[in-house]
Amino acid sequence: MAVSILKQGDYLIASVQSALTDTEVIELRDALLAQVAKHRSRGVIVDVAALDIIDSFAARSLTTVARTNRLRGAKTVIVGIQPEVAVAMSQFGLRLDSAYIALDLEAGIQLLTA
Amino acid sequence: MENADSAVDGVAQPHDPERSLLHELVAHLRQHLTPLREEWTRRITDAQLLSVMTADEIFSEVTAVYDNYVDALETGSIEALEAYAKNLSERIIPRGVETHEVLGVVLLLRDVLARSLFEKYQRDSGLLNRVLDVYEPAANRIAVTVGVSFVQERERVIREQQSAIRELSTPVLKVREQLLILPIIGALDASRARQLTEQLLKGIRDNRAKVVVIDITGVPSIDMTVANHMVQAVRASGLMGARVIITGLSADIAQTLVGLGVDLSMMQSVGDLQGGIEEAERQLSYAVTRTGSSAPEHEE
Repeated sequence: MAVSILKQGDYLIASVQSALTDTEVIELRDALLAQVAKHRSRGVIVDVAALDIIDSFAARSLTTVARTNRLRGAKTVIVGIQPEVAVAMSQFGLRLDSAYIALDLEAGIQLLTA
Repeated sequence: MENADSAVDGVAQPHDPERSLLHELVAHLRQHLTPLREEWTRRITDAQLLSVMTADEIFSEVTAVYDNYVDALETGSIEALEAYAKNLSERIIPRGVETHEVLGVVLLLRDVLARSLFEKYQRDSGLLNRVLDVYEPAANRIAVTVGVSFVQERERVIREQQSAIRELSTPVLKVREQLLILPIIGALDASRARQLTEQLLKGIRDNRAKVVVIDITGVPSIDMTVANHMVQAVRASGLMGARVIITGLSADIAQTLVGLGVDLSMMQSVGDLQGGIEEAERQLSYAVTRTGSSAPEHEE
């Protein structure tokens, strides 16, 4: 899979390495939800800096992860959205409601530990 | 008045009648240089053209243009005149001379010269017709050249100014760690709004900003397209992890936005720039305190 999920203390860090197919997005979603339960994590950071495109399916999947995690008491932070991706997403009206958003991994960790 | 003309007439006969007519014409215009120039200057003043220039200035330009004009008639080459027209445009455009004035002046010269030709050849209408046949196309070409040079020069100035405005128009300023301000001055159109979004996102990434204050005090009005661009810019900033505070919404713009039904739910808005910066500092947990006794007597 093009995503590695690392455990870092109370948090999980999922870093996406390359463009994802819809199937891989579903795998990522399921893996994240399973790992959060397994490690009793308090926060999840998803680093999407390597993505040139975030389509509606990916956005919805990330939102699902964020909502589900929230119900289990974990925060979800999406980090590393590129400027072009941000512009495209806002043009298509894609939102990442219920997820926290930070500039990059460092800012994401700060946000969770603050 | 017409003493030297007969001599020119004598040479005017050979193989190329058009060329010799032109020579005759030019000789006539050179000979009556002073009265024609004065007549032209008088008509420029009467028509209240070039009102931003002094009489002396007008006279010296008139002299130069007249000479160039006659030279262009004689040689049929408009390059020297074109260069002069360009140079003249460069000098007079910054002083606010309008296109209609320049065209009016050139057409006046054309009229003045045509009048003098009428007067000279009025007894021989056949010759007058041939002279005008030679004169008119050349004169029209010169008028077009001068007009086009002026307009081209003006367009060049406009293009330069546009690019200067583009470069200056969207500064992204860092006022504190993680806090940017984006003052927007002047009218926004779709292309400027797009450029603004780009600069904003680049600024957020380069400065690792968390809060951006966009001040639109200097924006006179906003339409639907621009409003949507602003909303998109704010959303995109959110996706980069930065909050946006909009300040300086005038009553007009606020009403427009409400009237257009723009979704403002994700926009935080504060009355003026000072309030916006204070709010941003609060969100970033900055506490600004005054030290020492340099405080003014009247607190605002």
